[in-house]
Amino acid sequence: MGRLSVSLCGIELDNPVIPASGTFGYGCEFAELYDINCLGTFSFKGTTREARFGNPTPRIAEAYAGMLNAVGLQNPGVDAVIAEELPRLAQVFHKPVIANVSGFSVEEYVEVCRKLDAQPQVGWLEVNISCPNVHGGGMSFGTDPNAAAEVVRAVKAVTTKPVIVKLSPNVTDIVSVAKACEDSGADAISLINTVMAMRIDLKTRRPVLANVTGGLSGPAVFPLALRMVWQVSKAVKIPVVGLGGVSSAEDVIEMMLAGASAVQVGAANLRNPYACREIIENFPAVMDRYGIENIKDIIGGAHG
Amino acid sequence: MKQGIFTVTGNSPLNARYARLALSGDTSGISAPGQFVELSLPGFFLRRPFSVCDWDSSSLTLVYESVGKGTRALRELPAGTRLDLLTGLGKGFDLSRAGAEPLLIGGGSGVSPMLGLARRLLESGARPRIILGFNTRDELILLEDFHALGLSPTVTTADGSFGIRGFVTEAMSVPHSFFYTCGPEAMMRAVAEKSPVSGQLSFDARMGCGFGACMGCARMTVNGPKRVCRDGPVFDKEEIVWAD
Ligand SMILES: Cc1cc2nc3c(=O)[nH]c(=O)nc-3n(C[C@H](O)[C@H](O)[C@H](O)COP(=O)(O)OP(=O)(O)OC[C@H]3O[C@@H](n4cnc5c(N)ncnc54)[C@H](O)[C@@H]3O)c2cc1C
Ligand SMILES: Cc1cc2nc3c(=O)[nH]c(=O)nc-3n(C[C@H](O)[C@H](O)[C@H](O)COP(=O)(O)O)c2cc1C
Ligand code: FES
Repeated sequence: MGRLSVSLCGIELDNPVIPASGTFGYGCEFAELYDINCLGTFSFKGTTREARFGNPTPRIAEAYAGMLNAVGLQNPGVDAVIAEELPRLAQVFHKPVIANVSGFSVEEYVEVCRKLDAQPQVGWLEVNISCPNVHGGGMSFGTDPNAAAEVVRAVKAVTTKPVIVKLSPNVTDIVSVAKACEDSGADAISLINTVMAMRIDLKTRRPVLANVTGGLSGPAVFPLALRMVWQVSKAVKIPVVGLGGVSSAEDVIEMMLAGASAVQVGAANLRNPYACREIIENFPAVMDRYGIENIKDIIGGAHG
Repeated sequence: MKQGIFTVTGNSPLNARYARLALSGDTSGISAPGQFVELSLPGFFLRRPFSVCDWDSSSLTLVYESVGKGTRALRELPAGTRLDLLTGLGKGFDLSRAGAEPLLIGGGSGVSPMLGLARRLLESGARPRIILGFNTRDELILLEDFHALGLSPTVTTADGSFGIRGFVTEAMSVPHSFFYTCGPEAMMRAVAEKSPVSGQLSFDARMGCGFGACMGCARMTVNGPKRVCRDGPVFDKEEIVWAD
C-alpha cells in the first residue's frame, strides 16, 4: 500500500483521485489518451432506465473560472451500458468502477441499481439525487430529506455493494439531507453536484442555455463545495467523497483536510483531458511540500 | 487527438470581420481537413473550437471571427505567444467520396476549412469547384489563397457588392459528383436540399470538452444522438435531421 492509498467503504484505492460522473463518459475517450488505471477509480456517466437524449442544445455555457451544463442526463440506458459500455471498459480499466445512477422515480432508481449491482466491474453505486437539469426527478429527491431517505432505503434493499449518495448543494440545510441518507443506510455521501445557475446572451437578450438554467461547476464552486464537505463530514460517521472545482493536488489535499476520504474531479477533465493524471503525478511532491507522509492521515485534519 | 503547445507566428486581420491566426507546433494529430482544434485562451475556462483552415507538418492556420470576449481577446495575442491546443479533433471530410468533380461550398467563417480541403482534393487528383458566400464585399476572405492553388471560386454576396448577388445556392447549378459544405446551418440546409447528389456538412455546436466526454454538443441524427465534436463535426447528408 502506497502513501497515496485510501479506502472507500472497504475497497482500497491506489489514490484518492476519481473523475466525476458526466465528465469522463464511460472511460473510453480518456483510455485513448492515457492509461486510466492510474486513477483511484472513476464514476461513469449518470445512467437511467431508458436511453435519454437529454435537453435541447445549447447545453453548455461559460462562467468565470467555470462552466454551466444542462446536458440533462444523456445516456444510452442501463441495458446498453451493461451490454456495450462495461465490456468495452473491461478492456482498458481493471479496477472496480463507480456506477452513477439517476432516476425519475423510486422504482427507476431501484431497477437501475439492482441491474448495476449485479455487474462484477461495479464496485460502488453512486445514487445521484441531485441532478439540477432534469424535471420531475433528480434533484427533487435530493432537496427533501424524506424523499432522499426513501430512495436510499429502497436502493439498499435490492443491492449488496456500497451505496454512495450524491447530494445537491441547492438546499438550505445540506446536513439534514446527509443525515437522512446516513440514517437510511447510505454507505457514503458524495458532494457536491452542480449549483443551479444561468447566463443571458447580451446579443439575443435570451438565456444562453436552451434549458434556461444549468449547473455551475469548476473552480468557481470550490470554496462552496469545501464548506459543505466540512459541514457534512462533521455531522455524519460514514465517509464523504468531496468534489466541486477540484483541479490540483493542492485542492485534493484541502478537500481531504475538510473531511473527504476521497475526491472527485469533474469540469477540470473537460478543460484539460490529462487533469487527473497530472494531479496524481504531482501528488508526491505536493505532499512532501506540506509534510504529509500518508495521505489518509490528513482526512478531516482541519477539524482539529 | 493530441495536446500540444503552439507558438503564434502571425495574427493579423483579413478584414474588419475576420482575422487569421498562424501557429507553429506539432500538427501530427491532424489527419483530415474539416477537423478542428480546441484552443485554450489565458483567462477563459473553456477552450474555443476552430476549424483548421490549412496545415503542414509544423504549422497550422485558423481563420476566426471576433464574436465574443474570447475571440476579441484572441485578436490581441502578439506573435510569440504560446498557446495550449488540442488538435486533430473530430471526424473531418472524407476525401474518398469526392468523385471527379466535387463542389465545395463555404459561407462566412465556414470558408476556412474549405481551403485545406481543396488543397488535399487537388493532391488526390480531383478537380474541385468552389463557391464562397459572404454578406458583402468587405467580408471576403481567402480568395487569393484559392487562386494560389489555381482555383477560381465563384463568389456570392448577399448584397450584390461582389460576384453573384444572393446566396450560394444561386451558383450551384453546375454538375458535381459530391458536395462538401461548412457555414451557417440555414445555408447548409439550402445547399443539401438543392444538390441532387450526396454530400458532407460540417456543423457547429457549443462544446464543453471537444473530445467526446461531456455530451454537451449532442445532435440528433437518423442514426440516433451523435456528438458533434467526436462523431462529427462532419456528417453525411443522409444522416442529418434538420430542426423545424
Ligand atoms: C467545430 C467548430 C468549428 C468552428 N470553427 C470556427 C472557425 O473556423 N472560425 C470561427 O470564426 N469560428 C469557428 N467556430 C465558432 C467559434 O468556436 C466561436 O465563435 C467561439 O468559440 C466564440 O468564442 P467567444 O469567446 O468569442 O464567444 P462567447 O460568446 O464569449 O463565448 C462563450 C462560450 O460560448 C462558446 N461559443 C460562442 N459562440 C459559439 C459558436 N458559434 N460555436 C461554438 N461555441 C460558441 C464559446 O466557445 C465559449 O465557450 C467553430 C465552432 C465549432 C464548434
Ligand atoms: C458536463 C457535466 C455533466 C455532468 N453529469 C453528471 C451526471 O450524469 N451525474 C452526476 O452525478 N453528476 C454529473 N455532473 C456533476 C459532476 O459530477 C460534479 O458533481 C460537478 O460538476 C462538480 O464538480 P466539478 O466542479 O469538479 O465539475 C456533471 C457535470 C458536468 C460538468
Ligand atoms: S463537447 Fe463534450 S462531448 Fe462534445
